Amino acid sequence: MIFLELFLIFLKLGAFTFGGGAAMMPFLEDEVVSRGWLTAEQFVDFVAISESTPGPFAVNIATYVGSQMGSSEMGGSFFWGVVGAVCATLGLVLPSFVIILLIARFYEKFKSSNLVKGAMTGLKPVSIGLIAAAVVSIGQVVFFPQGFDLSVFISYNFITSLIIFAGMTVLCFRKIHPILIVVFSAILGIGFGYLEKLF
Amino acid sequence: MKLSKDNLKRCLGLFLVFFKIGAFTFGGGVAMIPFMEREVVEKKKWIDKDVLLDIVVVSESTPGPIAINAATFIGYKTAGFFGSMFATLGVVLPSFIIILGLSFCLEYVWTVPVVQFALRGIRAGVLALVVKALWSLFKKTPKNTFAYIMIILSFLAVVIFDIKVLIIIISGALLGLAVFFITKKAGEKK
Repeated sequence: MIFLELFLIFLKLGAFTFGGGAAMMPFLEDEVVSRGWLTAEQFVDFVAISESTPGPFAVNIATYVGSQMGSSEMGGSFFWGVVGAVCATLGLVLPSFVIILLIARFYEKFKSSNLVKGAMTGLKPVSIGLIAAAVVSIGQVVFFPQGFDLSVFISYNFITSLIIFAGMTVLCFRKIHPILIVVFSAILGIGFGYLEKLF
Repeated sequence: MKLSKDNLKRCLGLFLVFFKIGAFTFGGGVAMIPFMEREVVEKKKWIDKDVLLDIVVVSESTPGPIAINAATFIGYKTAGFFGSMFATLGVVLPSFIIILGLSFCLEYVWTVPVVQFALRGIRAGVLALVVKALWSLFKKTPKNTFAYIMIILSFLAVVIFDIKVLIIIISGALLGLAVFFITKKAGEKK
C-alpha cells in the first residue's frame, strides 16, 4: 500500500535527520532514490526547485514525492496525489512535532542532559561526512551523467558545468542569495545549451 | 487543554505569522530564524530573545526540519498544545500548496528543451550551494581528532561501502555518547 509506505518512510526520515536543510539531503537521497521514487537527476533538479520555492527542503520533497507516487499509483488522479502528499508530509512532520512538544515541557532537563550532549558530539561530524558524500553524488550527476570515462573531461557538458560550478561557488562564498544562484546558473545553462546547438 | 476565546485568538495569530514565515523564507532552516525574531520576538512579543536562542539549539539537536521544530516550540510556549498545532500547520501549508501545484505540471515542464538546458546549469549551481553548506557547517564544528575521524568514516561509509544512512546516523550517535562519557570520566579522575 503506497500511502502507508509513504507515511512510514517519511516518518523515519523525520525521526532520524538532524540539522535540517543540507544535512537532511544525503538521507533523503538514500531513501527516495534507492526506492526509485526519483532518479538521481530528478533529485538534484528538485533540490534546485526547493531552493527557489519557499519553505523547508524536507517538507517540499515530502509533498512532491507523495503527490507523484500517490497519483501515479492510482492512474494519475489529482485526488490521490493530494492524499499521497498529505501522508508523506504528515509522516515527516509528526516526529519533530511530538519530540519538540515533550522537550518544551521538560526543557531544563533536556538542556543539561549528558545524553544529548554526547549524542551530538557524534552526530555533528557525521552530518558533515554525509554532506561531503552528497557533494560526491551530486558531482557525479553534474559532471558524469553518462558514467565515468576519460573522454568525459574534454566533453562540452563537463567543461561548461565546471565553469558554472566554479563561478557559482565564488558567488556562494560572497553570500549571494540562493535564489540568485539558481537564476544565474539557469541563465548560464540556457546560454551554453543554445551555444552548443549553434555549432 | 481547553480552547478559550483568548487562546483561540493567539492560535489564529500564530497560524498567520507562521504561514507568512513559511511563505516568504527560501532555503528553509536557519534562514527562517531572523524572520522569526522579527515577527515573534519584536513585533508580537510572544517570547523573549533568550527563548529563541534556546529554540535554535534545541532544533539543531533534535531530528526533523528546523522550521517545524521552531514552530512547534514557539507555538507551545505561546499558547500550549493548540498553539503548537496551529503554528506547525501554518509553517507547512505554504510549501505544501505550492509544491502540490507544481508537482502536477513539473513532469511536462521538465521535457521542454529550454528547461533542460536551464536544469543542466542549475545542477552545477546546486553543487556550489551544497559545497557552501558543507563549508559553513564544517566551520561551526569543534575540531578534534574524534571529529575528523567521524567525518572521514561517515564519508567513506556512504561513498565506498554504500552503508545505509540510518545506520551511520545511529552508530554516530552511539560512538559520540561513548567518547563523551569516556572523556568525562577521564576528566573527573584528574
